[in-house]
Amino acid sequence: MTTTSPYSSRRALTSRALATIAVCGALALGACGAPGSGSSPHPKAKSPSSISTNPAKAGKVTLSVWDQEVRGGQNAEITQLNKEFSAKYPNVTIKRTSKSFSDLKTTLKLALSGNNPPDVVEANQGYPDMVAFVKAGMLLPLDAYAQAYGWTKRYPASLLALNKVSSDASHFGEGKLYGLSQMGEYVGVYYNKTTLKQLGLTPPTTWSELVADLSKIKAKGELPIQFGNLDKWPAIHTFGTIQAATAGKQDVRNLVFGTGHAAWTSAPSVQAAKTLQEWATKGYFPSGVNGVGYDDANKQFAHGKGVFEITGTWEAATLKGPMGSSLGLMPTPPGSKGLASTGGESLAFGVTSKSKTPDVAAAYIDFITNPHAADVMLRTGNLPAVPGQAASSLSSASLEGQMVAGWQKINSADGLVPYLDYSTPTFYDTITAALQDLIGGKSTPRQFTETLQADYSKFRQG
Amino acid sequence: MANRARAAYRRRAPGEPRALGYLYIAPALLVFVAMVIVPLGQSVWYSLFNWDGLSVATWVGVDNYTALFSDPTLRGPFLHALVLLVFYALLPISLGLLLAVVMSRVRVRGLTFFRTVLFLPQVLAMVVVAVTWRWIYAPTGLLNQALRLVGLGGLTASWLGSFSLALPAVGVAGTWVGFGLCMVLFLAGVQTVPRERYEAARLDGAGPWQEFRAVTLPALRPQIAVAATLTIVAGLRNFDLIYLTTAGGPGTSTAVPAYEVYHRAFEIGQVGSAAAVGIGLTVLIFALTVVVSRLVEGHE
Repeated sequence: MTTTSPYSSRRALTSRALATIAVCGALALGACGAPGSGSSPHPKAKSPSSISTNPAKAGKVTLSVWDQEVRGGQNAEITQLNKEFSAKYPNVTIKRTSKSFSDLKTTLKLALSGNNPPDVVEANQGYPDMVAFVKAGMLLPLDAYAQAYGWTKRYPASLLALNKVSSDASHFGEGKLYGLSQMGEYVGVYYNKTTLKQLGLTPPTTWSELVADLSKIKAKGELPIQFGNLDKWPAIHTFGTIQAATAGKQDVRNLVFGTGHAAWTSAPSVQAAKTLQEWATKGYFPSGVNGVGYDDANKQFAHGKGVFEITGTWEAATLKGPMGSSLGLMPTPPGSKGLASTGGESLAFGVTSKSKTPDVAAAYIDFITNPHAADVMLRTGNLPAVPGQAASSLSSASLEGQMVAGWQKINSADGLVPYLDYSTPTFYDTITAALQDLIGGKSTPRQFTETLQADYSKFRQG
Repeated sequence: MANRARAAYRRRAPGEPRALGYLYIAPALLVFVAMVIVPLGQSVWYSLFNWDGLSVATWVGVDNYTALFSDPTLRGPFLHALVLLVFYALLPISLGLLLAVVMSRVRVRGLTFFRTVLFLPQVLAMVVVAVTWRWIYAPTGLLNQALRLVGLGGLTASWLGSFSLALPAVGVAGTWVGFGLCMVLFLAGVQTVPRERYEAARLDGAGPWQEFRAVTLPALRPQIAVAATLTIVAGLRNFDLIYLTTAGGPGTSTAVPAYEVYHRAFEIGQVGSAAAVGIGLTVLIFALTVVVSRLVEGHE
């Protein structure tokens, strides 16, 4: 009867049936479908005309919000904004649940799979989180709201792109919008003003000036760049900075978002890897850098060891404590292809597709990202994604002033390049391990880029 | 019907276990099935799929298991775990034996104090242990400072940053954590050995080594089996020490399976693969425990 069917597939079918019987039967598991088969179909997007932008008319509603803004200044800004929203719309009760980043990451999936998920959630950009949520139909596309509220005018395109997922959920960086981020962050070059002055140097304004300074500093017996890579991820930012300056913003964006026919084995990326390895062998980093902790390196830099340090704006407050006015910060100095600095934005506030009040949820997201909210964020010590009025009152000599000015400079030049570990779902593992190999001299720059390309091709083809 | 039931009842010999016994163990059994057996079964089921934890999974059969052998990023961690067993199980047991024998032979003042100090690492939270050893192993850390102090500056290294030294370095930290427990177990065991046996051995002219081999070691068999089982299980499922000291680096030279389970399930959304690694680890632990009980306890 079924003689035409290939033997192999029949055997596969039999083995699957046997396994099903063995597992389900022996353990008497009630329902034994494929995991995740109960998930919802893809949500329908609303048309802009059917949107109500006035939550006051929504009647009595409870808005359940899950965020990860648990730390000092972050908690302060969201608490204040929630209070203001409730005062403006007394009919809306905000039920806030805040968890630390890693707690949110591990519990959000379960919460979203349930029948009664929160209305607004903060989703981490990238394949394992936001793209997976979109693929499973758990987030609502917000393009109609973006049109109604004018978000496309509020945000620079590069920041909106990070919160977009393609319609087939195969990649991100373009497609439909699934959330808005409150805050920005970028990887820049911190410098010790005091040591730099003692060495007779001024802060570099271009990439080649920075590179020239490194050898001068080394010749004078000082440590050029403070750096610790025991925790594996810090090197992503060091390499990302070198690559941004060498390859330029378009190349890096093409690589990370998989647009065009970019390859990690291209000449500029190999050159960037070569530079990083040379810096290690020339002693521009502390010796045994793969064995130095990230926090230890920051501590050393704060206590005057190292003239430069390449890391993110999230360290500004920590470094400023002991260093005070001798701490300076700039975006990555522009290379021959213009200003390009690695960076991104905080987790995106999105609306779940099962939310019963998506209009109120979107109004809330609009409220916590508008120009007034930006001022609240700045006053509570955060870097708003789109700085508002209050930013102009900062002193340009202060660290906060430098940080905000650097962010505005990057965005007005459209110079923000994405984090490299966004490239594939497994890229974080691949690049962190490969960078330790490269820095430790265990692999050549070419082998390093081939390792990255292997992971990349596998994902793009699969 | 009733007759047949009565006949069946009569046929049972007196004292033979009755079905009623199951009623007594039912509460514990139900909890055990709900909390252990069912999740284990679910893990086995998940491990046969390619699943991101959210969308519909695709059936892959035993692919996740063959990957344990064919994929170097999974094979490596299992090999590292076996190497670490030398540090997590073999060394602590050897050290524990040595200390127990010495402490039981030599009368020292303040023995309780030394015993407490040596047991202390076992009591500390793993986070504290990891942070401490990170400082000790740092390029400017305690170990390198000590080496330079005694004129061995040539031996200094970036311990956790070196491809060849990182695994043994983490292992030594594990030894430090584990030997106290072994020592206490063996000390308790040694105290139950009748004094007469030692006296007899000495009358027969046995030296310390022969005494250890002929009297102490055989008497400590059960304790060694317990220590081996505990340290092997703890060693194989340990990931906090690795996660907090090297995060599997440099490169992948200290990656372990237990970390892969967490990482794949919660961080990169490969639930099926994570389940397969977990089941593989369970099988490995089970096999090693059986071997230990056969070899050391001498059960057939």
